[in-house]
Amino acid sequence: MDLEYKIIVGLEIHVQLATKTKMFCGCELKFGQPPNTRVCPVCLGLPGSLPVMNKAAVESAILTGLALNCTISRKTKWDRKSYYYPDLPKNYQISQYDLPLAEHGFIEIPLEDGSTKQIRIRRAHLEEDAGKNTHTLGNFTAVDLNRAGTPLLEIVTEPDMNSPTEVRLLAQELQRIVRYLGVSEADMQKGHMRFEPNVNLHITRNGQVFKTPITEVKNLNSFRALERSIAYEVNRQLDEFLTTGKTMQVGNKSTYGWDDVNQITVLQREKEEAHDYRYFPDPDLVPVVISDDWLDRIASRMGELPLAMQKRFVSEYELSDYDAQVLTAEKATAVFFDAAVRCGAEPKRVCNLLTQTGLKLANEHQTTVDALGISPIQAASLARMVEAGDVSATSGAVIFEAMMQSDDDPKQIAEQRNLLQKSDTGQIETLVEQVIGENPKAVSDAKTNPKKAKKAMGFLMGQVIQKSKGQANPKIVAEVLNRKLMK
Amino acid sequence: MSNQIDRQMVERVALLARLELSESEIAQFSTQLSGIVDYIEKINTLDTDRIEPLAHCLPVHNVLRQDEPLSSLSNEAALANAPEQIEGYFKVPKILDDNSGA
Amino acid sequence: MSELLTALELRDAIAAKTLSSTEAVRDCLGRIEKYDPELGAYLLTFTEKAMQDAETVDRKIAAGQPVGPLAGVPIAVKDNLCTTFGTTTCGSKILERFAAPFNAHVIERLLAADAVIIGKTNLDEFAMGSSTENSALRKTVNPWDASRVPGGSSGGSAAAVAAGLCAAALGSDTGGSIRQPASFCGVTGLKPTYGRVSRYGLVAYGSSLDQIGPLTRNAADAALLMNIIAGHDPRDSTSVSDVMAKKPDYLAELNQPINALKIAVVPELIAGAEPRIRTAIENALKVYQSLGAERVEITMPHFDYAIAAYYVIATAEASSNLARFDGVHYGHRSAEAGNYIEVYSKSRDEAFGPEVKRRIMLGTFALSSGYYDAYYLKALKVRNLIRQDFVKAFEKADCLMLPVSPTTAFKIGEKTDDPLQMYLADVYTIAVNLAGLPGLSVPCGFDEENLPIGLQIITDAFTEDKLLRIGQMYQNATDWHKQRPEL
Ligand SMILES: [Mg+2]
Ligand SMILES: [Zn+2]
Repeated sequence: MDLEYKIIVGLEIHVQLATKTKMFCGCELKFGQPPNTRVCPVCLGLPGSLPVMNKAAVESAILTGLALNCTISRKTKWDRKSYYYPDLPKNYQISQYDLPLAEHGFIEIPLEDGSTKQIRIRRAHLEEDAGKNTHTLGNFTAVDLNRAGTPLLEIVTEPDMNSPTEVRLLAQELQRIVRYLGVSEADMQKGHMRFEPNVNLHITRNGQVFKTPITEVKNLNSFRALERSIAYEVNRQLDEFLTTGKTMQVGNKSTYGWDDVNQITVLQREKEEAHDYRYFPDPDLVPVVISDDWLDRIASRMGELPLAMQKRFVSEYELSDYDAQVLTAEKATAVFFDAAVRCGAEPKRVCNLLTQTGLKLANEHQTTVDALGISPIQAASLARMVEAGDVSATSGAVIFEAMMQSDDDPKQIAEQRNLLQKSDTGQIETLVEQVIGENPKAVSDAKTNPKKAKKAMGFLMGQVIQKSKGQANPKIVAEVLNRKLMK
Repeated sequence: MSNQIDRQMVERVALLARLELSESEIAQFSTQLSGIVDYIEKINTLDTDRIEPLAHCLPVHNVLRQDEPLSSLSNEAALANAPEQIEGYFKVPKILDDNSGA
Repeated sequence: MSELLTALELRDAIAAKTLSSTEAVRDCLGRIEKYDPELGAYLLTFTEKAMQDAETVDRKIAAGQPVGPLAGVPIAVKDNLCTTFGTTTCGSKILERFAAPFNAHVIERLLAADAVIIGKTNLDEFAMGSSTENSALRKTVNPWDASRVPGGSSGGSAAAVAAGLCAAALGSDTGGSIRQPASFCGVTGLKPTYGRVSRYGLVAYGSSLDQIGPLTRNAADAALLMNIIAGHDPRDSTSVSDVMAKKPDYLAELNQPINALKIAVVPELIAGAEPRIRTAIENALKVYQSLGAERVEITMPHFDYAIAAYYVIATAEASSNLARFDGVHYGHRSAEAGNYIEVYSKSRDEAFGPEVKRRIMLGTFALSSGYYDAYYLKALKVRNLIRQDFVKAFEKADCLMLPVSPTTAFKIGEKTDDPLQMYLADVYTIAVNLAGLPGLSVPCGFDEENLPIGLQIITDAFTEDKLLRIGQMYQNATDWHKQRPEL
C-alpha cells in the first residue's frame, strides 16, 4: 500500500523561574522543604489576602521572550483561570489569557546533522504554579502548598516539529537558553521544566491526506520521556489509523499520560472535557505597562545566546561543530573558553584542555569550569605552553589540575614538577646521533625504503624521547632527526 | 433572550460552581435567575461599540514587589484552620483522576 | 453617659483625663450586654481584651506617654475584616470557626492608633445583601424600630453606632453597604474612593468595587477615622501611592465651608424616591442654598443601567472570590463527602446561604463560555459609560446629591422572597462603586414613622476631604445627625 506520513508536534513547556520568592507573595522558594512550611496567607489563598507581582519574575519572563525573538506586549494584564483542584488553593490560577507577555517569536534549534531549524513560538506567558498532591501516603490525598505560587513561564510553540528528536532538541535548546539567561535553573530532577507535547500524523494514502486525532501527553519531566512518548504516540496513532481509520474531528483531542515503567502512553481522558475556565481580568492586580526604557534595560542583560556562541566558535575559532557544542553546553564553560582565547591562546588547545580536563574536573567537583579556581589567564598560558611544545598534552592535564590549588603561573608549576620539555638542540642532537648510531637498520629503512620510512621514523623518534626520559620536545626531535637523516 | 436559565442551564452552572443543589434549589434558581437575567438584559440595549471595557477604575499600573523573601507561616499556623490534616499536609479523600489544569 | 459622645469628643476627654478609657469601654460593654441581645449588632465582643487595652491606654496617659489619635476609644469592626483575635466569619457558616492568621491593614492601623476594638459586627453573608437578613449567624434589627432591618450589608456596624454600642465602626461598601445602613440607622457613613483604603485583610466580595470605610456619629468622626485608615499599603496592588493621591489631613480643614459650592442634582433620580424622602432631600438642598450653594440640574443618562451592570460585575468577581471556600484547606467540610469532588460540592451547598449561592450562580453564568461577551464584557463597557456620566457631572459641579435609598428601613422579611426587588433598592448607591468614587451618607430627616432618611453626597475621586467638608457644612447647620433612637 502506498502510505506516507508526516509527524506533527507542537509543545507546551512550563519553565520554573529562578526567583528568590514566589510570583505573588514573599515566600522563599526552596526545594525539598517539609510540607506546608513555605506558605503564607497569599499562597494559601486565605480570605482577605491579596497578590502583589514579583518584579524579578516579570523581568525574567520579558528577557526570555526577547531571547525567543518574541514581540513583547507593551501592555499586559493578569487573568484568573478557574478550575477546582485541591492543589489550587484559590480554585483559580492567576495566569495570562488574551494578552500574553510575549508572542510571535521563534527559536532556532541545532539539528544533529549540523544544520539548524526555526520553530515558531506562539506565545509565552507568566502564571503561578499549583501545589502538589501526594497520593502515596495512604488511602487519601495529601496536599502540600510549598510549590503553590511559584512563578512559571508557559511557552507554547507552533506545531512545527516533525520528529521526536526535533522535539527533544528543542527542549534541550530551550534549557540551554534559559540557563544562559539565568532565568531558570532548568533542573529536570526538580521539575523545573515540564513538557506537554501535542502530537498527530498527516497520513497520505493513495494521494489522499488523513489527519489523525491530536493527543496531548501530560506532564513529562525528562528529555527521554519526551522523546520516547512521542515516538510511542506516532506508532500508536499509525496503528490506530490503520485499524479504525479514525481522523481528527473538533473536540476529539484526547489526553494521555506517560507510563515510565512500561514505556507506554496511557489514555487519561477520551474527549477534551468541556473545560470552561471562565477567564476574566484579575481585579486584585493592575496591568503591566512596559516602556521602551524598561525593555531596553532588560534587553541589556541578555548577553550572547548559546547557539550564536556555538556558531561563532566554529566560524571565528575554526572549531569543529562538535567541539563548539560541547563548549557551549554550559554558559560557564563557553564564557571561560572565550576569555582564555581572548588572552591569546590557540582555540583548539584551550578547547582540548577544557573538554578533556576542565570538564572532567568540574564534574568531579560538581561545579563549573569557572569555579575550579583557575583563571582564564592561567588556562591561556598553559595552552600556549602545550602549543609551543614546552609541555606535553599529558603534562598539560597534570598542570591544569595543579593550578586548582595554586595561583602560580603554569610555567612555574611545570618547573616545580619537572614537566618542561627539553628544547635544547645541542643536547637533543647528541641523543639523536646516539640513536642513529645504535639503529642502522631503522636508519636505512627511513632513508631508502619508502614503504617502511614512516614507521622507522616513528621508531627513531620514540628512541630519542625515551633516552631523554620523555623530556625532549617532540617537535625539535623531529626537526633534528630529519636534518641528520637528510645528510 | 427571555427565560434562558432553564433547569439544564442551572445544572450546568451549578457544576461549574461546585454547588450540589437540591431539587427545590434548582427549581427556585431557575425562576429567580431568569428574572434577574431578564432585568440585566437591559444593558444589551445600549450601544457600546466604541466603549472600552472598564475592569479597573484606577489608572494605576506596574505595582511590583522587589524579589525579597518575607517570613512564611509555620506549618502549624498554615494548617490551623484545616478541616483535616496529616503529617503536615492538608488531607482530602483520595483523588483518582488527574485533572490538574496548570 | 459616654455613649453620647462622638469619637472625637471621647478621644479628647480620655486624653484630657476627664474620662478614662476604662470607663468608656466598660460603659460600652455594659450597653452591649443590655441592648445587644435584642439588637443583634455584634457577632463577637472582646470583653476581656477590650478592658485590657483600655487599661493600657489609661496607664500610658497617666504616665504621660504619647498615645495614638484614637487612644482608648471603643471601635467596632465588620466581621469581614481579618483579625488575629477572635474569629472572622463573614456572617457565614462556612467560616463560622475560621481564625485568621493576620490582621487586616485597617485593623493594624486602628491598633496603632490605640483604638480599643470592642467587637465584630454582623453583616449579610460575605457582605451580599442590603438588610443584614442574609447573615447565617445572627439577626440584627434596626435600633429605631425593631421590626425593621438595619440595612446592609454593614447592618451590624450601623446599628451599633446608632445605638451607642461603640463610638464608631468600620464597614465595607461594594454597592452601598456602608451608605445604605448608615441612612437606615441615622448615622454618617463614608465609602472612600476605590484605592484610598487598603483592602488587605478585607474578605473580598467584588474586588474591583469593595472599599472599607467608617460609620460614625458625624462627618468629623468620619474624618478622624479616615486619617487613621486611609493611605498606601504595598500589600494591596490597588491601594494608591502618595505620589498618585496624597493623603490629606481630613480633620484639618473640615470646618472650612466650600465657597460657592455647586451642587448637581438629577431631578428624575430624586423623583424616584418615596415622597417623604424627596421632601427631605429637597429640604437639605435648601439648607445648602441658604449657605450659599448653587443648584445645577444635570442628567446621568446611564445611571439607570447601574444595577444591571453591577449585578453582573459584582457577582462575576464574587463567583471567583468565593471559589476558595471549598472545605479543603479551611472552613466547613461536609461530613457527607465521600470523594474529593463532594468535599467541594457538598461543603459549599451545606454552608453557603441562598443569597450567596444565587450570586455565585449568577456570576458563574455571566463568565461562562458563550455568555461572557453578552454579560460580563458588556457590563464592563456600561461601567465605563457610567463613569463618563460622572466625569461630565463633575465638570459642572463640585458634587452630586441624591437620596441614599428609595425607601427608609423596610420590614424584616418584606423583601426576602424577591431578590430582584431587593437588588433594585440599591439604585442610588451602586453607580458610585462602579465609578470608584467616594460617597457620603448623612442623616437629613425622618419619615412619618420616625425612620431616618439619608442624603447621599458624591464627589470626584480622591476628594474625600472636600466631601467631608460638604457634609460638615450641613451638620454644622442641622442636627438630624444628633438624633438618637430610644432603645
Ligand atoms: Mg498554564
Ligand atoms: Zn506565600
